[in-house]
Amino acid sequence: MKKNTEIMINVLLIALLLAVLFILERTIPSTSMLFTVLKKGAIYALVAVSMNLLNGFTGLFSLGQAGFMLVGAYTYGILTIPVDQRPNVYMYFEGGIVQFALHPVIAILLAGVAAGIFAYLIGLPVLRLKSDYLAIATLGFAEIIRAFFQWDKLGPLTNGSNLLRSYPSYKSVLFYFIFSGICIALIVMLINSTYGRAFKAIRDDEVAAEAMGINLAHHKRIAFVVSSYFAGVSGALLAMYQTSIQASMFKSAMTYEILLIVVIGGIGSVTGSCISSFLFIILSEWVLRFLDNTTYIGSFQVPLLRSGFRKVVFSVIIMVIVLFFRQGIMGTREFSVSALLGKKKKAKGGEQ
Amino acid sequence: MGETVLKVENVTMQFGGVVAVDNLNLEVNRGEIVSLIGPNGAGKTTAFNVITGVYPPTNGCVSFNGKVIVENFPKGKMKKIYMGDPVAVRSQTVQPTPDKITRLGIARTFQNIRLFKSQTVFENILIAEHMRRTSNLLTATLHLNGEEERRMRTEADELLHILELDDVRDEMATSLPYGKQRRLEIARALATKPSLLLLDEPAAGMNPQETDELTAFIGRIRDDFKLTIFMIEHHMDLVMEISDRIYVLDFGRLISQGTPDVVQNDPRVISAYLGVQEDE
Repeated sequence: MKKNTEIMINVLLIALLLAVLFILERTIPSTSMLFTVLKKGAIYALVAVSMNLLNGFTGLFSLGQAGFMLVGAYTYGILTIPVDQRPNVYMYFEGGIVQFALHPVIAILLAGVAAGIFAYLIGLPVLRLKSDYLAIATLGFAEIIRAFFQWDKLGPLTNGSNLLRSYPSYKSVLFYFIFSGICIALIVMLINSTYGRAFKAIRDDEVAAEAMGINLAHHKRIAFVVSSYFAGVSGALLAMYQTSIQASMFKSAMTYEILLIVVIGGIGSVTGSCISSFLFIILSEWVLRFLDNTTYIGSFQVPLLRSGFRKVVFSVIIMVIVLFFRQGIMGTREFSVSALLGKKKKAKGGEQ
Repeated sequence: MGETVLKVENVTMQFGGVVAVDNLNLEVNRGEIVSLIGPNGAGKTTAFNVITGVYPPTNGCVSFNGKVIVENFPKGKMKKIYMGDPVAVRSQTVQPTPDKITRLGIARTFQNIRLFKSQTVFENILIAEHMRRTSNLLTATLHLNGEEERRMRTEADELLHILELDDVRDEMATSLPYGKQRRLEIARALATKPSLLLLDEPAAGMNPQETDELTAFIGRIRDDFKLTIFMIEHHMDLVMEISDRIYVLDFGRLISQGTPDVVQNDPRVISAYLGVQEDE
């Protein structure tokens, strides 16, 4: 009964959110910064949650997310460029070898599958490692993937180090929200299932988890592949959002951005990752932009404000968070309406 | 005496140049409570780790209900530096991971409590149900296994009820008092529905009253769950009161075995614990 009302409230809130987005799209010009931020925020929320599934819920400190996003983005691009555009895009490789185009949604799903396959193969050797060693190995493999996709010999498939472009993309912000919303919901459902409980057991104590009959290798592999699947999907969404992609975009700096989102949001909190993803994107793309621009007040040049200063401010924020707010915004708690109401009730009780 | 449940034959465990367990032979029969005692560093926990698949032994064989579950022999580099008993060197390798051994029906607890810290008492028990799942990743994620999920939860609740832990059901595992944490760890092991339970120092760090409670508790679960229990313990009161038979290990070797009375009066056991008096 209580659970049902909670679900009802959540469904209503989601419907309300989508309605607001729908109205905004009709009223505000589509070039507005707001939509850029919302789209990118939705994409980063998905990849952050997928990273949280590994780092926060399974206890596998992996830094390969950018690599799997790259696989997803390229798979999407390669599979969807219209056939008549291919000679233009693959101008150095005689039109490339793929001569068909799939429906974008199918291509997105396949992008996840491709990332999952890469993850499975990389996971075979890498998942034997623990903690920092795993992080270093996955980071290394992500870099190898990037170099691999830029390889000249693979040009007919990946267009070498040139841009992939002219593929179809959805412009509506609703598409990004719904798609990444569904994916995040799936991850949450996985976390709440018996497999999710096994993941958390592995995170808390590997030896005890094994003594409880949980096959470590099998479950780590599942978590790794599933996480990479959704990283691949978000890579495809990112490709769509940016309308052109290049392997050199997916540097390790990108993984760090995602890791930062996860840490700020709270390792082990899905809603924390979502909130901090939007926060991060809004700050970095919008609010803090002015830090990068040389600004004059009258004839006085404001000191420090010049290209690159944004990064300095960001580094300071990260250090402050790591030193003083190690739990992040949410810690391991989850944001929910009932908890919010419950807290309010408690607060009221305190006042009386 | 019932049939043999656990049989350890010629097990030697050598780490580099250190022989932790040397040619260990022991048997545990159905329904018995057997204790493994010995001074610190005698190799007791190592023996447990070999039985539960944490370490592959250097040489030797462990069988459970007549079936070989762990077997190994010295090979590669170990062949040259092998210092264990050279007789009865095996020729087969069977090396399952610990989770497989748990699924065969051998559960264990740990010397230093290893509960799932961030989870409640109920969730700690519930995890044991995972290995009996029939759902796969897809059906579990889409929550199509409602019936199974309900069964898992009722079974976990029943177990909590039987072991009188239902009053702390929703508390965090680490917030329990020490004695209850020990009890929860045993409860969690029981949730895997074992026929053989290995307890690694269940009374470590307990006060006398808690130890008495534990003694009664172990006897009770043996009868209620039709268990065979094999345990390592230092509290001699507990060991002497509850054990059917005792094995004594010192420097990796078995030095004595038998009923509590026999072991208690064995001069070798006394000298291992108290040291031999030397003439000046």
